Order: sequence, then structure tokens, then C-alpha cells
Amino acid sequence: MNTWIEKQKALIDFTLASLARRKIRNLGLLLVYALIVFLLASVMLFTHALRKEAGQVLANSPEIILQRLVAGRHDLIPPGYLEKIGRIRGVQKKQGRLWGYYYDAVLKANYTFMVPQPGALLVPDPGKIAIGAALARMRGLVPGNTISFRSYSGKLFTFEVASVLPHQSELVSADLVLLGEEDFRAFFELPPGHYTDIALSVANPQEVRNIATKLAAQLPDSRPILREEVLRTYESIFNWREGIVLVLLSGAILAFAIFAWEKASGLSAEEKREIGILKAIGWETGDVIKMKFWEGALVSLAAFLLGYIAAYLHVFRFSSLLFEPVLKGWAVLYPRFELTPEVDGFQVATLFLFTVFPYAVATVVPIWRAAITDPDAVMRV
Amino acid sequence: MLFQPAVIALLLASAVSVAMLLAASPFALEVIRHWDIKSGSERQLTLERRTYLFSTLLGFVFATQLVSLLLFVFNADKMAVMFVGAMCAVGTLNVNPFGFPALIAQIVVFFLAAAWLVVNQTDNRAEDYPLVRMKYVLLLAMLPFLLGSFALQLEYFLHLKANVITSCCGSLFSEGKQSLAGDAAALPPKLAMVLFYGALAVAVGAAAGHALTRRGGYWVAAFSAIAFIAALAGILSFVSLYIYEHPHHHCPFCILKPEYGYQGYWMYIPLFAATAAGLGVGAVQPFARVPSLEKIVPETSRRLAWAAAGGFALFALAASFMVWRSNLILLEV
Repeated sequence: MNTWIEKQKALIDFTLASLARRKIRNLGLLLVYALIVFLLASVMLFTHALRKEAGQVLANSPEIILQRLVAGRHDLIPPGYLEKIGRIRGVQKKQGRLWGYYYDAVLKANYTFMVPQPGALLVPDPGKIAIGAALARMRGLVPGNTISFRSYSGKLFTFEVASVLPHQSELVSADLVLLGEEDFRAFFELPPGHYTDIALSVANPQEVRNIATKLAAQLPDSRPILREEVLRTYESIFNWREGIVLVLLSGAILAFAIFAWEKASGLSAEEKREIGILKAIGWETGDVIKMKFWEGALVSLAAFLLGYIAAYLHVFRFSSLLFEPVLKGWAVLYPRFELTPEVDGFQVATLFLFTVFPYAVATVVPIWRAAITDPDAVMRV
Repeated sequence: MLFQPAVIALLLASAVSVAMLLAASPFALEVIRHWDIKSGSERQLTLERRTYLFSTLLGFVFATQLVSLLLFVFNADKMAVMFVGAMCAVGTLNVNPFGFPALIAQIVVFFLAAAWLVVNQTDNRAEDYPLVRMKYVLLLAMLPFLLGSFALQLEYFLHLKANVITSCCGSLFSEGKQSLAGDAAALPPKLAMVLFYGALAVAVGAAAGHALTRRGGYWVAAFSAIAFIAALAGILSFVSLYIYEHPHHHCPFCILKPEYGYQGYWMYIPLFAATAAGLGVGAVQPFARVPSLEKIVPETSRRLAWAAAGGFALFALAASFMVWRSNLILLEV
């Protein structure tokens, strides 16, 4: 065992020295390699962080949201509907929710108006509102300012900004306007008893599906939306987007593999002579392959680390300037948010298969070709 | 569901492995037909050089299988969110009938590649490379397994459909499907324990016995295979329960997760290594009478047998330690 380790150490030592002798050439390969790792790792880190974020946001949303459909379109919950549900075993709480969209011609953007659930931390007094950070930024509002909205009926409503929602919640609250129930009903001219939808909280996750089935049977015009289903859809969408980007980048991976093949097979005369001399002084073909293997492993490791660290900085320090438009989606009131840095072993393994694997495949045959060179054939040239 | 990064990576890895072996097979045929160590012809020289390429390629395929085996399991675990009722990897693998066969095929290919590499290593140490023909016949014999594994994987991923919301009907979409079991079928714990420790003890005994007396090499391989299966059955039916401290959670994959402190690696790494070594002992036995291998085979198989005995023992210790440390009381004593 010890001699084996010593031998590998000597090989690595030799390989490093040999790599250092051809700095420019190897640096070129290293840079291209690192760039490929960087591109792929950026996509992966970014989508993974977004997925994580979506999961955290949804973790506190109600288990079931019940909407009413009229002619296949989402409609208001009429008075008495909530009572019709009655008691379903397993449902801890059921509550009508009030929210809606408002188009602001000034910003050319949609706001979400919402009434906080009773008992929430922040319930604005009548005539006052709490607004999201992106909205406050775009309209230049600070607490104490007043703002007017022209409602859909043409009337002008003026509210005082009581507070701006904390920046940490911006991912979900960028375009949010929180207001009291009376204000909401007056603004949208919503008669008492009507709600936008119903939120149900269920304690036991295994009961959620049964309760949804019961709801659908009891209220045929309703559409229960489960939290786990929303989560599942997000997961699929993010994975799919990530997959598509990777497939688009596969051209780059292929180009890189060809580049690596070229690099590995186009041995310079000097390198050939080196191998010839090594074999003349007693190295076997297997040893040369081992040396080349270490060369590949060292280059891969360096490129992988370099590319991965650069991608990490790109995503979590510079909020992924390059991929934002593709992966994040777009909106006028786009939230500014910082992603939580997270490195996932599974992603590293996938990334490894996407980068080191093509490199290894591309270099196997050239390495072997180099290793079988006859000493006399090269030294005679 | 092909557009998932890990799925693309897995399919890429196995497709490339298959392609490499396929591309190599005409040369393998040539080696089988024309190999003649005594000849000094140019063809023989070329063939000799080519053998280096094949052992490198196969080593590469082996490493790839190892990585993709891990990735396959992780991927199954990650995808569980996307299927109704799937809680972890078991659920995802059960989504369609190809999941578990694909996993098993991958494990089989892994062990076959390991056995081939043992034969290759043995052959390389002899002066006259007596097993070259045999090696390449075996290489060709492995090709169908690799192809099968790739086909199963492809089938599995092609038939995966995530249960996503459609705008028309919310949850109704995924209704009416029976939910997938999160726990796998398992033996009753008492029987499994007897089998588990029995099979492991026999395997350790056989391997150690072979290492000392140099007899019963084939038995080592047979008992290793049995111990591997018994060990997996044991993990399913009682070890995992103790680790999760939950009498109904049988998943053999969740123990690899950070929530359980990656404890699974302490069991699976020795188990797989020991099984590969044990099978390797069997793989070299047929060549014990080859003149130039008379010294090499016993030595190789003695070392492998020690490795197998050590690995199985380590596995049993790790599993027992996890059971001992657990707060779950499964059997009243």
C-alpha cells in the first residue's frame, strides 16, 4: 500500500512539473474548462436556490386553497358558501380570503391588494395601507406619505402609507398592498359576505388529499388547489427550465469535448520526445497512462474548483447577471432579493458528470495513443 | 421526463459507456481471433497495445457506473416531490415498473465490471498474459448487460410523468390514482435478523477460511452474493427501522441523506466493496491452474478474500452499532 501511494505521489510530482513546463498551453485548456464548469454551475446553483426559495415561501401557505369556478373561470365565493362546507374532519381552520389585482397606470404594473388574515401581525387601520418594498421604491413612498388609487368604479381613494414591508420578504411582497377589510370592500365594491377564495389548513399531510376529494364532491363548482401540488409544479418547472438551459449549453459541452480531444491528441514534438525518453528509461505504457490520468485529474480538479467558485460568486454575490432573464422570469415590479447560498452534493455530482465526464471520454483515446508511442520512433525524428 | 439535469447526465453517462464498449467490440473480436503471444508480428504488437486501451476503457466504465449508481439513487430521492404519494426514492422508483429493474441492472453491471477488472489485474501480472482471450470474451459478454441497463434506464425515465397542476381542475387531476407506497415490502424483522447475521457470518467465515486455507474460492463468491442480498433484505426490514426510529419506514435510501447523518455510507461502502471483492475471488478461481498464474491467483484471491471478510465484518459492525444506538424497540427481549 505504502509503495503504491509513494508511486502515485512521485507520478503526481512529475506530472505537475511537466504541466508547469507548458504553462501557456495548459492555462488555455484550464480556462476553457473552468468557463464550461462556470456556465453550468451558475445555472445549477441559481435554479437550485430559486427552488429552495419557492419551497420556503410555500411552506407557510395554507394546505388547501378552494376557489369557485363559474363557466370555468375563477369567481367570487358567494355568501353562505363557507358555511356549506360544514365541518370536515381534519380541517383545523377555514377562512375566506380577500385579495385582488389592481392595475396602476402610473407604473404600468399590477399590484396585489390583500386583506391580512385576522390575527396577522400587521392589520392596517382603516384608511391606511402597508406596501411592498419594490412598490415603495418605484413610487418613491415612505411611511407617512399618502397615495391615491382610482378604483375600477372611477372613484378616487386616498390611503396613508402606514409601513413598508421588510425587504427580507420582498420575493413575495414586492407588489403587495395590505389594507383593511372595509377599505378593500369599498375599493373593489365587494358586497359583504363575498370572498376571493377560501384557505383551509390541515394538520395531517396525509389527510390533505382525502379532504380535497370530499370538498370536490361536496362543492362540484369548486377547485381545490393543494400546496403539495403547487410545490410539485414549481419543482417540475424549475427542473425543466434548468434542463433546457443545459441542453442548450450542450453545444458548448460538445465543443469543449472536441477541444479537449484536439489538445490531448495534438501532442507537441517536445511532448512526444518526453514520452519516448520516459519509455526508453524503463517506463511502461501503463505508467504513461497513469501519468496522463493524473494530468487529466489535476486539470479537471483545478478547473472544477475554479469554475465552481466563480459560479458561486456569480450567483450569490453578483445575483447571476448572465442568466437572470432566462431563469427568473420578468415583471415590472420585480422583487430584488438575495438568494440563500446553498451547495448541494447531488448538484455537484450532476455537474461532475456534465463536465469531467465528457472531458475524460474525449481524452481516453488520445491518451492511449500517446502512451503507446515507441521510444525509437519519436527519438529518431 | 427527459429534461431534468440529473436525468440527462445519467443517460449521457450510460449511453457513452455503451457506445465505448460497442466501438471497442470489433477490436475485441480481433483480439479473440488473432491473439498469439508468441508471435512477433506487427498485428500482435498492435493487439498488445490495444489491450491497454481496453483496460483503461473498462476502468472508466466501472468508475462511471459507480458515480451514476449513486446519482441514480439521489435523483430518485430528489424527484419524489414530483409524484403523488412518493415520499422518497422508493416511491419514485415505483412510479413505473422500470424503476427497480433499472437500479438492479446498474448494480449488476457494477459488480460485473468489478469482476472483470479483477481478472484483468490478475492477467496483467502474469508474464505471458494467459487470459487475454478470456478477458475479451467476457468483455463482449458484458455488453448485453450494459445495453440492458441503459435500455431500462431510458424506459424508466421516458415513462415518468410528473403530476403537475393543470389549470382546468387543480387537484382532481391527480386523483383516483392509488398512492405509491413509501415503504418497501419487507421480511418480518426476526427472520430477517437471523438471515442477516447468519449470511454475513457465513460469508466472513468462508472468506477468512479461504484466505487461510486457499480452499473453497467459489463458495466465497456464492456466499458473498447471498450475503449481499441478505444484507439488503436486513437493511430493508430492520436496520433502517432502527436508524429512523420508526416502525414503518423501511426505505433503504433515506439513510444516505443528511437528515440521518449519512449513516448509510458506513454500511453501503463496506458492503459493496466486500461483495465486489468476494465475487472477484470467484472470478479468478477458474484460472488457478494456468501455469503462469499458479502463484498469482492464490495470492490475489487471498488478498481479495481478506478484503471481503473485513468488509462484511465492518458492515455487520456498523449495522449493529446503529441498531444498538437506536431508541427504537422493535423486538421485546
